[in-house]
Amino acid sequence: MILFLAYSAVLLSFASGGIALAHLYKSDVNKQWVFWSLGASGAMAIFAGLGELVNPEIRLDTLNLGLPWLPWHVHFDSLSAFFYLVIGIAVFAVSFYAPHYTHHEQKNAQNFAVLSLFTGLFIAGMLLVLLADDAFMFMIAWELMSVASYFLVAFQHENAANRRAAFLYLLMAEVGALFIILAFGVVASFADGFTFDALRASTLSTTWMSIAFVLALLGFGMKAGLVPIHVWLPEAHPVAPSHISALMSGVMLKVALYGLIRFCFDLLPEVHWEWGVVLLVVGTVSALGGILYAMMQQNLKRLLAYSSVENIGVIVMVLGLSMIFLANDHQELAALGLLAALFHAFNHALFKNLLFLGAGMIHHQTHELNIDMLGGLIKRMPKTSVLFLIGCMSISSLPLFNGFVSEWLAFQTALQVDVLDNGVLRSLIPVSAAALALTAALAAACFVKVFGLIFLGVPRSRHAEKAKEIEDKGMLAAPALLAGLCFFFGIFPNVMLNLINNVAQQLLGSTLPPQGELSGLWLAPVSAQQASYSAPLVLIGALIAAGVCFWVLRRNPSTVTRIAPTWDCGFGGLTPRMQYTSSAFTMPLRRIFSPVFLIDEKIEKTMREHTTMNVAEVRYTLHIQDHSWVRLYQPVERGVNRVAKQVGRIQTGNIRTYLGYSLATLILLLWVVS
Amino acid sequence: MNWLIAILQTVLFVALAPLLAGFLKFCKCRLQNRKAPSLLQPYRDLLKLTRKQPVISEDASWLFCLAPYIIFSSMVLAATVVPLIAVDLPTSASADVIVLVGFFAFARFFIALAGLDIGTAFGGMGSSREMTISSLAEPAMLMAVFTLTMTASTTNLSGAIGHVLNEGLILRPSFVFALFALILVAIAETGRIPVDNPTTHLELTMIHEAMILEYSGRHLALIEWASQLKFMLYGVLIANIFFPWGIAESFGLSALGYGLLVIVGKLIFLCIFLAFAETAVAKMRLFRVQEYLGFAYLLGLLGMLSHIILESTR
Amino acid sequence: MNIESQDFYTQAILSMSALVGLTSFLMLGQGRLLRLIFVFAVQGLLLTLTTSLAAYSLDNPHLYISAVLTFALKVVFIPWMLHKQVLAMNMHRDVEALKNNTAVMLSGASLMVFSYYVLQPIIHTSSMIMLNALAVSLSVVLLGLMLMISHRQAVAHVVGFMSIENGLFFAAIVATNGMPMVVELGVAFDVLVAAILFGIFFLHIRTSIDSLDVDLMNKLHEVDK
Repeated sequence: MILFLAYSAVLLSFASGGIALAHLYKSDVNKQWVFWSLGASGAMAIFAGLGELVNPEIRLDTLNLGLPWLPWHVHFDSLSAFFYLVIGIAVFAVSFYAPHYTHHEQKNAQNFAVLSLFTGLFIAGMLLVLLADDAFMFMIAWELMSVASYFLVAFQHENAANRRAAFLYLLMAEVGALFIILAFGVVASFADGFTFDALRASTLSTTWMSIAFVLALLGFGMKAGLVPIHVWLPEAHPVAPSHISALMSGVMLKVALYGLIRFCFDLLPEVHWEWGVVLLVVGTVSALGGILYAMMQQNLKRLLAYSSVENIGVIVMVLGLSMIFLANDHQELAALGLLAALFHAFNHALFKNLLFLGAGMIHHQTHELNIDMLGGLIKRMPKTSVLFLIGCMSISSLPLFNGFVSEWLAFQTALQVDVLDNGVLRSLIPVSAAALALTAALAAACFVKVFGLIFLGVPRSRHAEKAKEIEDKGMLAAPALLAGLCFFFGIFPNVMLNLINNVAQQLLGSTLPPQGELSGLWLAPVSAQQASYSAPLVLIGALIAAGVCFWVLRRNPSTVTRIAPTWDCGFGGLTPRMQYTSSAFTMPLRRIFSPVFLIDEKIEKTMREHTTMNVAEVRYTLHIQDHSWVRLYQPVERGVNRVAKQVGRIQTGNIRTYLGYSLATLILLLWVVS
Repeated sequence: MNWLIAILQTVLFVALAPLLAGFLKFCKCRLQNRKAPSLLQPYRDLLKLTRKQPVISEDASWLFCLAPYIIFSSMVLAATVVPLIAVDLPTSASADVIVLVGFFAFARFFIALAGLDIGTAFGGMGSSREMTISSLAEPAMLMAVFTLTMTASTTNLSGAIGHVLNEGLILRPSFVFALFALILVAIAETGRIPVDNPTTHLELTMIHEAMILEYSGRHLALIEWASQLKFMLYGVLIANIFFPWGIAESFGLSALGYGLLVIVGKLIFLCIFLAFAETAVAKMRLFRVQEYLGFAYLLGLLGMLSHIILESTR
Repeated sequence: MNIESQDFYTQAILSMSALVGLTSFLMLGQGRLLRLIFVFAVQGLLLTLTTSLAAYSLDNPHLYISAVLTFALKVVFIPWMLHKQVLAMNMHRDVEALKNNTAVMLSGASLMVFSYYVLQPIIHTSSMIMLNALAVSLSVVLLGLMLMISHRQAVAHVVGFMSIENGLFFAAIVATNGMPMVVELGVAFDVLVAAILFGIFFLHIRTSIDSLDVDLMNKLHEVDK
């Protein structure tokens, strides 16, 4: 039954693409079916995921697809189910959002068909990755996901920059896939066959296992966007349509994490604490680097993409902690780490989807994504602003919202360091906890900037001034659903944590310590003495406190507020240009963390009439570049070009030379064969 | 009964906060050879503000009016968590020390947004600086507090204080570091000299005041009260974490009364110390604050490392 | 071996060693010469306190003498002399901009961890106090060297050198409960002579190359560029 639901989710998303194609050739097919089918696929995925998580058991199946002697093995356990749930919620929300968002594309039947076809294939690919039980099917599904999403990134291909971004994405996705194949290959060479069961039973030496781990980390890390192999994210996400970037950032990165978790915790026979340290360090660097770069961006979607790098970094860091505890035989604490990592992955899927959909709404109404050109939208788009505010609060990990709970769990995991014996680990983990604290605080600063500059203040451009609230109910319903879930899981995190506990049980063979409590009111992961948090009580307290002072202060009728012009220090003539801009807001942090960025800052002054004092015009330009471009990619690019030039020499253009090559090859082959 | 005491303690916290601010002002005035205002002056100011008609800019949105209530109630919530006169109160279990930092972050998020809401340069300047400083101070604070929580192996503030209390006097190197770090952070976070000057309205230097420049009437009263409350929260944290002796462990009347007396004494001592420091030290440049907070962070980290390395060697 | 189970003397010595380590850190990050000298004096004061504490609790009267010597030399005389020279050469307004302050501090922190790592093997054979005191004094020595590497002013080099001596002295007091009196007197005398010699050198360097910035001595390299 559960498997049937899981299959039908895949089939329905294929169907959604198919209907779009059918609409292209027979225009009497109702194109709304595309979205209904997508929504049904999401709902099925949610049901399948929930069903498995509530009643965890490993469900196996084989499908006679593909090559005749290589049937596809299907495996649906609670880890897959968890990610099924994540994808399901995101797809379900997007299916409400897309009909109105894509109404421009719907006018052109061909564009619409392309967009919907590849959306369907993309989602089906992601779902199939989760079902795969052999390396063969895994890679096919993985490539389906990658290639389909390439076409989605390249959807607005009229712009050369978009084509370049899409190509970069494809290149990195394929290089990543190559690493994954190699990782599977290393393990499979010690096993008989490519099924996951065979891989689990393989007997590798520690060295080979570590090689496989590094390859998998590179492969999955490229997809997930770990620093320094993250550069495709900020390029590809802004150019895709918003609901697609929501899916890519919210969900596809999670599929990469799924791959990493499946490979390290499940397929490899054992884990080593050194790998945990690698994950910890890489995660910390990604988290800090991601948020620092996010802060400096002006394009909203680019900013959100960098913030995804940060969140993935946090998740990987906590996974590293979990791995360290697992390798040191503290199964229960490893379960705590896994719980924190998976819950943060879930939360990130919710609020990042919400924020990308919000960015889409802003773009839809103002045709502007540059933060410096917006402002004052809170009055013009009140509903959107509330939803976006909830997203910002969740991602800044403020109490009462879901982001806080997972951050809290991450801190709780890090604080368990006292049980370890190894001196290096004991001093390393607190340092990374400190970095996590810094990351959280910087994230709050970053999203104050985002919300403050976009929604508050006075409009900075005509587009922003003329913006109107979104009329379409579906387009509001999708982010409203996500925002509601953000709040719900912030108050009642235990609903989800109890389900994830089953994942830990199945994957690590252990759950949270029995002294812990995950009941309705209390969240106490290790034991009630060690740490407890009760979001419902906090909410009640906040309501009482705010209610009392509201009631007391509003009683006096003589103190009705008076509306007046803003205080202009008596000079007059406040203009929107006097407001802080994005680069002004982040200037102190840019200066403090200046070694992290490549800053190109220019101030040009034009003087009036040959004087040196009388400034007529000031021009300020600021470019901030990612270090990894200059330090990592450009050397690689130069190297590849140099090699290509050498190889290019064999292309002489002379037909007799080519014949000579053929002859040489033939002789060589004959010699080898004999 | 326990809940009643918890609520009473919170009310006491909220009620005493302006008095503490008044006392600090009193100390500073006396040290600087000025005539001090009455200790009750902060109460009078708050009362006056609540009676005035608030004036709101025409560019303000609903967030601007809502923010003071949010800021004030998150500070009140923080006050429910921090043990003032007694440990083991039921409210302190509902949120631990990480959540406490979260409450501060909540208030700061909204005050920074409110600063940006009007669309003047002052508000933006204040928000930008506030978020910069706090994003450096928050990790330092967490590091200092983690040192304590790892020693007590609980992040529950009440439990941790109880642990320190039961252990008796133990000289811990890590606590020395953590104490210094927390004092530095507290000075930065409550906007005192040398990081910010609460009495200035000079545009080049103000941080906190720049954000709330547009507030008036009851909104201003709430924000002022919230920042007094924040000041007291930090004071009580420092006093009760590192010198918990005297706090009530049972809920008898005499124990509670003694606890109240002791905490008042500790706070008076802290205020005098702070007044001395503020009189002797000059405000520093904005871009020196990073070094200051970096030092606090380093101290916190050293405290944590010395806990791990020095104190529980295996 | 937790701190709760140790006696008060051990706790006090541990706190002292933590503070001594902290002063080394402070010196490392300090750009102003006068403040550097002040922190150095504080470190001397901490050493004096540690020595008197050891003298009191071990009931070892000759340690009092070395405490007095330490106080006289490292808290009063040497800082006073350096202070005077800095004022005389009008260098107290120079702020030495440390390149990569963060990197220096970070490597300082890792040096500290490293010295614990080096001393891990002795953990089973000795007491907690021995391990920690040795580790702290080793890191004080390493941080002193680091100070000399990262600063350009010759005065800072002298302070770094003296703080290396402080680290050794600390280890001697805490780990071996004080060396024989003769050795201590000899060391104290050495330090004194060194300080005076440095003073004379300063004068000469200053008169010959008109600065105390050691980077300017690069002129003395063998091969002409």
